[in-house]
Amino acid sequence: MGLFWFYVRRGYRVVRNEVLVLPSRVVLVLFVMTLLLLPLFTQDAYTLRILILTSIFAILAASWDLLSGYTGQLNFGHALFFGVGAYTAALLNLHVHIPPWGSIPLGGLAAVLSGLVIGIPCLRLRGTYLALTTLAFPIILMGIIFALPGITGGELGVSGLTRLSHSRIWDYYITVGLMLILCTVMWKITDSNTGIIFHAIREDELAVRAAGINTTRYKLMAFSLSGFFAGISGGLYAHFMRIAGPSTLEVSMSFTVVIWAIFGGVVTIYGPVGAVFILFPMLEFFRFWPEYRTLMFAGVVLLILLYMPEGLLPWIRDKIEVECPRCKIRNVALRKTCRICTASLD
Amino acid sequence: MFLDILITGLISGSVYALLAIGFSLIFGVARIVNIAHTAFYMLAAYCIYFVVQKGGFHPVWGMLAAFVIVTLLGLLAYKLFIDPIREHEGAVLIGTIALAIAMQEFMLLLFSGDYVSVPSLIKGYFAVSGVKVFYQQLLTFGMVLVILFALWVLLMKTRLGLAIRSTAEDREVANLMGMNDSRVAMTAMGVSVGLAAITGAVIAPLTILTPFMWMHPLIMMMAVVVLGGMGSIKGSFAGAYILGFAESLVVFLIPQGAFLKGSVALSIMILVLLIRPEGLFGIAFEEER
Repeated sequence: MGLFWFYVRRGYRVVRNEVLVLPSRVVLVLFVMTLLLLPLFTQDAYTLRILILTSIFAILAASWDLLSGYTGQLNFGHALFFGVGAYTAALLNLHVHIPPWGSIPLGGLAAVLSGLVIGIPCLRLRGTYLALTTLAFPIILMGIIFALPGITGGELGVSGLTRLSHSRIWDYYITVGLMLILCTVMWKITDSNTGIIFHAIREDELAVRAAGINTTRYKLMAFSLSGFFAGISGGLYAHFMRIAGPSTLEVSMSFTVVIWAIFGGVVTIYGPVGAVFILFPMLEFFRFWPEYRTLMFAGVVLLILLYMPEGLLPWIRDKIEVECPRCKIRNVALRKTCRICTASLD
Repeated sequence: MFLDILITGLISGSVYALLAIGFSLIFGVARIVNIAHTAFYMLAAYCIYFVVQKGGFHPVWGMLAAFVIVTLLGLLAYKLFIDPIREHEGAVLIGTIALAIAMQEFMLLLFSGDYVSVPSLIKGYFAVSGVKVFYQQLLTFGMVLVILFALWVLLMKTRLGLAIRSTAEDREVANLMGMNDSRVAMTAMGVSVGLAAITGAVIAPLTILTPFMWMHPLIMMMAVVVLGGMGSIKGSFAGAYILGFAESLVVFLIPQGAFLKGSVALSIMILVLLIRPEGLFGIAFEEER
């Protein structure tokens, strides 16, 4: 019993001293709580379906940020990983009868393989060259899929997959839980030493090489890590929709991922996730005017970019929090002095 | 068969060449990756359709109107959406993507998604060993050559061309030598969108118009630019015909070829890049730091 109260007191202290002091942390906690508790209040199948798809795409957008935001290797063909994950999971499930908990990670591994396959030729390219070359890979795969309708189902795709679980609520908890876990893992990766090297590769690759770090290895690592997460989201998508079609490989798919990530703010992980949770439900909301839906989406993106070219979420964060000039700790924008070192915050 | 391949290859190669040169022009001068480039080409084609089919004018007027209107629209879009965020590479990227999607949706609203076509400038054809060669195809090819020559004169023989080339080479030094950087960028954008408009104008009678017609040329154009070497006009020219002929060879010689034409052309690009990462005619220029 004493131990219980010890943990309660400690939890309270953490909440008061670590969470409530920064608005971004409060928002994060509220966001996670809302996601986890939502099914208690509404079990509306449509709402849950939107949130499931949003979570799946949030993993995808965050994985783009891990590769292209952090290491600066602009990838315009992120749909390749998504599509490879989806098709591998679908084919394994349909022909080898592997249940979803096995086929989705295997789809992720297949996407890692494809990440290595495109990563090796692309290592010699940089910047815009790389972006334009990676755009080609999903289209090449799509051509192959269309040319082999016997195996891949051609235009119709592979359908009739096993459900993710037996009920919508379970689907919801699986995808949302996986989204939270995987995004935390990605955030931890980018926060580790590896993440610092990723940052450095983006800023100045030559300097990193001069410091004796094998940048080739780290770039390939970024490609395969990002491919793994994107492949998992592809597998989840295939099992949730119960179909893996060529639409997962389309150019517009790659472009949408880029829009999500840059709209939310790159090199943050939380930016792309937040952007998907804003933009995807918004697109659903616009369904009341079906003809204008995509036009309004494009308009919103253009307008927001004009005023916040760094991305939406970092812009908001800079408005509500300031960094202490002396100890680099973040504070609420309302404070006059730093909460740690009491330096003046001007 | 041989003549079919030759004609299709020449026509699609020419289109890719015009598009790729315009695209690499604005990339070279202003470092803007303009994804919306082929969307302007789609816009020009629809402009002709509107003037000719709805207005009842002669196609020549349609072409002129398309050129003027689309160039103005391009400059307006540049001024409103791209120029304010030019310093942020990522923002420009998705800004132009959003621009292209917005244009596509706009055309979808105005003209619906139905396939439409535009009458050719000169009707009729002549037959060479059983293969129909339309006069329009010859005309398109001829016009492409004229446009390419005009562009060469503009870039190589005029003071404006000199300014564009020097800004592409080194923006800061060009600025120090008294060239107004942002005005040169604006002019280059005008020339680039104008090229896209002309391309749309000359190809419109030969293809079917849909609001989604910008997707495939976009990918091929990017492949051409990468294959030829970025910023190299000679490279874009060669790369465009290589990929154009590769596509038409695949379509005519391989069963199921229509599906594979994009794959094969893009695989050629990747193979070339494995051997020469800077493209066929590109120069491996110093990293900008």
